[in-house]
Amino acid sequence: MSASSVPHPPVLEVENLSIAYHDGIAHRRVVHDVSFRIDPGEVVALVGESGSGKTTTAQSIIGLLHANGRIDGGSIRLNGTDISRWSDRQLDTVRGAKISLIPQDPASSLNPVKTIGAQVGEILRIHGAASGRDLDARVISLLERVGLSEPALRARQYPHELSGGMRQRVLIAIAVALKPQLIIADEPTSALDVTVQKRILDLIDELRTEYGTSVLLVTHDLGVAADRADRLVVLQGGRVQEAGATKVVLAAPRSAYARQLLADAPSFSAVARKAPATAREKPLASGDDVIIVDGLVQDFTRTDGNGKSFRAVNDLSFRVRRGTTHAIVGESGSGKTTTIRAIVGFQKPTAGRIEIDGTDLSTLRGETLRQFRRKIQLVYQNPYGSLDPRQTVFEIVAEPLLNFGSLARPAREEKVRAILSRVGLPEPALDRRPHALSGGQRQRVAIARALVLDPDVVVLDEAVSALDVTVQARILDLLDELQRDLGLTYLFVSHDLAVVRQISDTVSVLKDGREVDGGAVEDVFERPGSDYTRELINAIPGQKRAALV
Amino acid sequence: MSGYLLNRLGQALFVLWAAFTISFVLLQAMPGDAILIKFQNPELGLNPQQIADIRASYAADSAIWVQYIQTIGRFLTGNFGYSVQVGVPVSTMLAAHLPATLKLASLGFLLAAIFAAVIAFVSSLTPFVWIRGALQSVPSLFISIPTFWLGIMLIQIFSFRLKLVPVINPGPWQELILPVITLAVPISAPLAQVLVRNIDDVLTSPFVAVARAKGATRQWVLWRHVAKNALLPTLTIAGVLFGELIAGAVVTETVFGLNGIGGLTGRAVGSQDAAVLQAIVVFSALAFVIINLIVDLLFPVLDPRLRTKAGATA
Repeated sequence: MSASSVPHPPVLEVENLSIAYHDGIAHRRVVHDVSFRIDPGEVVALVGESGSGKTTTAQSIIGLLHANGRIDGGSIRLNGTDISRWSDRQLDTVRGAKISLIPQDPASSLNPVKTIGAQVGEILRIHGAASGRDLDARVISLLERVGLSEPALRARQYPHELSGGMRQRVLIAIAVALKPQLIIADEPTSALDVTVQKRILDLIDELRTEYGTSVLLVTHDLGVAADRADRLVVLQGGRVQEAGATKVVLAAPRSAYARQLLADAPSFSAVARKAPATAREKPLASGDDVIIVDGLVQDFTRTDGNGKSFRAVNDLSFRVRRGTTHAIVGESGSGKTTTIRAIVGFQKPTAGRIEIDGTDLSTLRGETLRQFRRKIQLVYQNPYGSLDPRQTVFEIVAEPLLNFGSLARPAREEKVRAILSRVGLPEPALDRRPHALSGGQRQRVAIARALVLDPDVVVLDEAVSALDVTVQARILDLLDELQRDLGLTYLFVSHDLAVVRQISDTVSVLKDGREVDGGAVEDVFERPGSDYTRELINAIPGQKRAALV
Repeated sequence: MSGYLLNRLGQALFVLWAAFTISFVLLQAMPGDAILIKFQNPELGLNPQQIADIRASYAADSAIWVQYIQTIGRFLTGNFGYSVQVGVPVSTMLAAHLPATLKLASLGFLLAAIFAAVIAFVSSLTPFVWIRGALQSVPSLFISIPTFWLGIMLIQIFSFRLKLVPVINPGPWQELILPVITLAVPISAPLAQVLVRNIDDVLTSPFVAVARAKGATRQWVLWRHVAKNALLPTLTIAGVLFGELIAGAVVTETVFGLNGIGGLTGRAVGSQDAAVLQAIVVFSALAFVIINLIVDLLFPVLDPRLRTKAGATA
């Protein structure tokens, strides 16, 4: 993709950069002696998990560290000039013009009360690049360049009228408006659906080639980095663990941490883990169908007053054998969440039949419905929002037992302790509150809470999506182990096909509320029956490496 | 949009009716009444028969629900009845006292908004941490000052000590200076607190980082991105604070001897003049409802996310 041996000087040289945050008492260093450089036209990926210092490093380059952060040492040289000690006023001339930013979350990265056109035009106005009618024309041509249909209409619209992918295109238009030398792309696609993700990354690639811009890609997703970057810089705990050409690092990682990351990334290990997954002794043939969904239809009335109803799920049918994992896959708006809400009995289906362990859900009401919920438990996506911050871990896990108050206090305590050690939480964690736990530990608490009632079915709603890959791999191992030991049936809802391929036996692929593909995971992945499934599979990042190895 | 408007109008009418009914019941439940207070005075020398005749002329002894229906009927035709104490139509009294209160309340609110905006924006713009800290502690100070004490202190200092504002025969605007400040201070406090908090929240939004990454200065970001977003939630508070404004006007007008609705309320409570009080309650409720209706209708104008429209969403 680029030639690193050309005589051009590097666009950016970061040397021995150290950054500290003031935590109220003292300065705590979070980035230690980080060095790397970016040549003209090159893509360098800063790869690491949360807390690795990758975002802090990126923020310091564009001079947008939080107020409590400061650069302790080292230099950031842009075209040979050290900008690390520059004032805000000096940096204002560089930001947007020489270095620009593509942010992480397109939903909140545009001002909700200003039009798209005003926000794109702003960068041109700030740097005096255009005004008046010329400005409007430039804005529209930029919007057109990033692939937005009807650019003149878009310019008059507000952010909430655009989809996530369209908003990210707008943010890209802003970032490339002044043809900067360096674009910092901070997790530019982690909030987007996988097919949209691929199109956005393709667009960044295309514009980069066209304008000769360098890109610093900040990502936790090794698959994305492998596909898009010329060189990788792997960070852990604020230190560079490994750096080098992408091919070299992926083929022969030298550091233990890089090897670990590679092993845990689902997009790489899917093929490797495949064998044990199928060889796993599951009572596939012997089990009965625990979940039967037959012709499920769910309509919602629209609230915008035209009275038309909206069909979120349309004629969905599948069966799940006891002790197996069924995955429901789809992008946002595909009807995944609606389906599971109907299955756990939170809403009455418009039509169709749902049977859990021989009980027809439509016959349940009031108390019988409440008792039924023992059998089917949920683990939610966000381990930060799904635990009551004021309860201790013990209280959180004991609460379901209290709701179905059948156990005396000593028995209850024993049960909670047993289940917590079962999910691998250390004894001292019992009295802690959620804020004192890591994301992985919180998700273990959520799993323990689901299992404490001895359910037959556990619904995992994007249960590992918010976790770092290494943590994700441990949680997936735990789920696998629990399934084997306790004979659990999982309903695994996910947008991440790599993970789905790793852990599920059967799968339903949803698009616009309909099942477009379904059956055994092998069959669906090897011989996808619909164009949509093929597109989803092709969009999984990390395939360049798969082809390479 | 028209459905929304009808809905809000219906709610407004309900609030008016509820305010009328609750105040009617409470005023009836009070022990004693204005007629007895005025005519049982021994100096008037009226015998019980004469008092009974007067009571009959005010229909004071008919069944409560008959009075309720009659009063509602009168209010709907714009007839607020007669003040027992003064013997003048209530509408005449309201008309005489309203202008002073309107002037006081609107100027007080304006000054409160200015106070709040200055505190919030200066504290967000200042590069000095100590100025920021000092300014941000002002609202909690303001909110804990009792209105009557502040009024007396202002008179003591500015009128008697510094002799800046005359107390005897002040001009029509001069007499408003101190009352307006007295009224504005407690109202400005919650406004400033909400505004400071909102500005801080908005400043941490990703779109602010994006604007900074475009090369915008702090001032540019504050005025063009933060201000409008931070002011929107403050608007709701402003509508609710109108109630505070009425309560504050009663105390302020009493302290400064202003001839407004607040002073009238104070006197009517003293003499249990139910007709006057009833009219004041309904009038305040009407003003409150109208202000909040305006706020609600203003939201969709200011915030594009609240406009329902049939544009492309693809």
